[in-house]
Amino acid sequence: MKTDRAHITVSDVTLTYDGYLVLKDLSFTIERSDVFIIMGGNGCGKSTLLKIMIGLKEPASGKVFYDGVSFWDADPSERNAILKRVGILYQRNALWSSMTLAENIALPLEEYTDLGSRQIREIVNLKLSLVGLTGFEEYYPSELSGGMQKRAALARAMALDPEILFFDEPSAGLDPINARLLDDLIIELSDSLKTTVVVITHDLASIFAIGNRSILLDPELKTILASGNPRELLRKSRDPKVLTFLTRGQTDVDRSSLAKRFSGYLYKEEKKDFSP
Amino acid sequence: MGKVCLWGPVCYYVLKRMNSGQNNGSAPGTMGIGSPEQGTLLVSLRGSWTIGHDLPPAREVIAYAASRPGTVRIAFDHSGLTDWDSGLLTFLVNLQGRCDDAGLEVDIEGLPRGVVRLLSLAREFRELEGLPDRKARETFLASVGSRAIGSVRYFTGVLEFIGESSVAFLRLVRGRARFRRVDLGLLLYECGAQALPIVSLISVLVGLILAFVGVVQLRMFGAQIYIANLVGIAMAREMGAMMTAIIMMGRTGAAYATQLGTMEVNEEIDALKTLGISPMEFLVMPRMLALILMMPLLTVYADLVGILGGALVGVGMFDLSTAQYWEQTVKALNLNQFAIGVSKSAVFAVLIAASGCFHGMHSERSASAVGYAATRAVVVGIVLIVVTDGIFAIITSTLGI
Repeated sequence: MKTDRAHITVSDVTLTYDGYLVLKDLSFTIERSDVFIIMGGNGCGKSTLLKIMIGLKEPASGKVFYDGVSFWDADPSERNAILKRVGILYQRNALWSSMTLAENIALPLEEYTDLGSRQIREIVNLKLSLVGLTGFEEYYPSELSGGMQKRAALARAMALDPEILFFDEPSAGLDPINARLLDDLIIELSDSLKTTVVVITHDLASIFAIGNRSILLDPELKTILASGNPRELLRKSRDPKVLTFLTRGQTDVDRSSLAKRFSGYLYKEEKKDFSP
Repeated sequence: MGKVCLWGPVCYYVLKRMNSGQNNGSAPGTMGIGSPEQGTLLVSLRGSWTIGHDLPPAREVIAYAASRPGTVRIAFDHSGLTDWDSGLLTFLVNLQGRCDDAGLEVDIEGLPRGVVRLLSLAREFRELEGLPDRKARETFLASVGSRAIGSVRYFTGVLEFIGESSVAFLRLVRGRARFRRVDLGLLLYECGAQALPIVSLISVLVGLILAFVGVVQLRMFGAQIYIANLVGIAMAREMGAMMTAIIMMGRTGAAYATQLGTMEVNEEIDALKTLGISPMEFLVMPRMLALILMMPLLTVYADLVGILGGALVGVGMFDLSTAQYWEQTVKALNLNQFAIGVSKSAVFAVLIAASGCFHGMHSERSASAVGYAATRAVVVGIVLIVVTDGIFAIITSTLGI
């Protein structure tokens, strides 16, 4: 297991979309094994920020560092090495429809490792069993329900045992039970594998259930409105915008009871001991 | 449990594997096996058990257990373990399966907490009962049967489509079909004006090729002048309509299949149905109408451009004058020749629109299925065009037109 405090640093990043300024001078740090939430309303630039962090879109200015290495200044081989350490669960799953679940999960292993077909098959079976899809190896994504597709996409994201897992709106399109199951799974995998988890979401139940650090983006100020533990933000923040977001506009409710209701739902406050 | 102090000196050996290349610099995973107490095998995990390393196989543990009669339980010690990932997990899952077969109990408590949790997670979800076995090879009879059922469903779908589109066409003729006029305008532009460049290029080349092929034979009799007849009649009766239809099938028919297939994936067609709007009227009829209106025009245009291509060869390379070529072409052609080509083109238009729309609307809901629908639409469409052209040839020949 990795024991150093390696992290992601986003430094003075400015995002534009077709010349329109979306976010400016964004800076924050994600530490190893954080479950870090990037939250904000629709159109605040969350998904664009994710694209910049995972190398799909170059920022107008600023840098993204992985363990001190600037992603956008790195040469292609260094970028590939960084991306190999990253797993991504896309909002619409992005499973390759022409491949079975087993083939979807095997592809990153075939591309990035020298493993033999038997070993790859064992890893594929393991990943599918971790997300509860044992027996679905030969199924195509279109044959599965939305929740199952989401879990299959998570299995693919974990194929290479990534140090960092990005989740783009993981609970989008899921019913509350499946959303809760996915939250459980994220926590379990993060705790067990000591994976750094970055979640882009505006789903309050997930935010309070799994996040231990967060930033809230503001589309009007075009920057970070608040940062910290989401439950702490709910309890202590005096900013009306933050409270409006975190209470779904019900700013007059008793925040202490709301925080109590949310905190401890899944997340355990004590730090885990990840040493083997 | 599982500490080094428990290790008995009875038997102990270490399996070491060389690093296969991918690792983070730590020592590769090794395994020690001992029997600290009667009936228990203690597996000591050391080094880095990650997928970059060549790890010891689970069968070694089973082989050792088999060599120690009375072994009933396998325990672990992870005090020497420095790093782990799926490499260790797959080893343990593999070992668990072998132990189940051999009737050995596996005690995972001596493993790292994260490993224990993940193994528990993997066990928590059990395979669903009654899940069809996709790995099982389909028998020949089952394969024939499923293909036959698929074919019946396909042709049933075709009949349904013909019926529904006929009803929609009648409503269109009576002015009751519901579709947006602006869509029709856009479709007319897409399958008309936008197709002109490719139709021009292909038609002029077809005219050139016909002239070249014909002149080789005709020169032997000193009858080069009849190149004009050959090119003119071939373009007007056959090649103008045929080549335009094939171009439009590959270009517009495939686009219709893809558009409607994507709409099916995005549930846009379901949304129309739930609004009480017939997809046949709203989506299929404008496309069919646009092609029925544009195909004859494109065919006439292709005829003329093809004749121009033939003239380029005749006049440019075989000493025919422009006036001679023009006069010969006018003599050879009559309105019937053009009428045959134009009437065929209208039928081809229906076939192109029907094949594209039918396969698009019957696409399954995935990206690859949409691609498959487009491919199938083009293949079926071209086959239908050629077969229909053959039928036309027989009819016109029989009627002596």
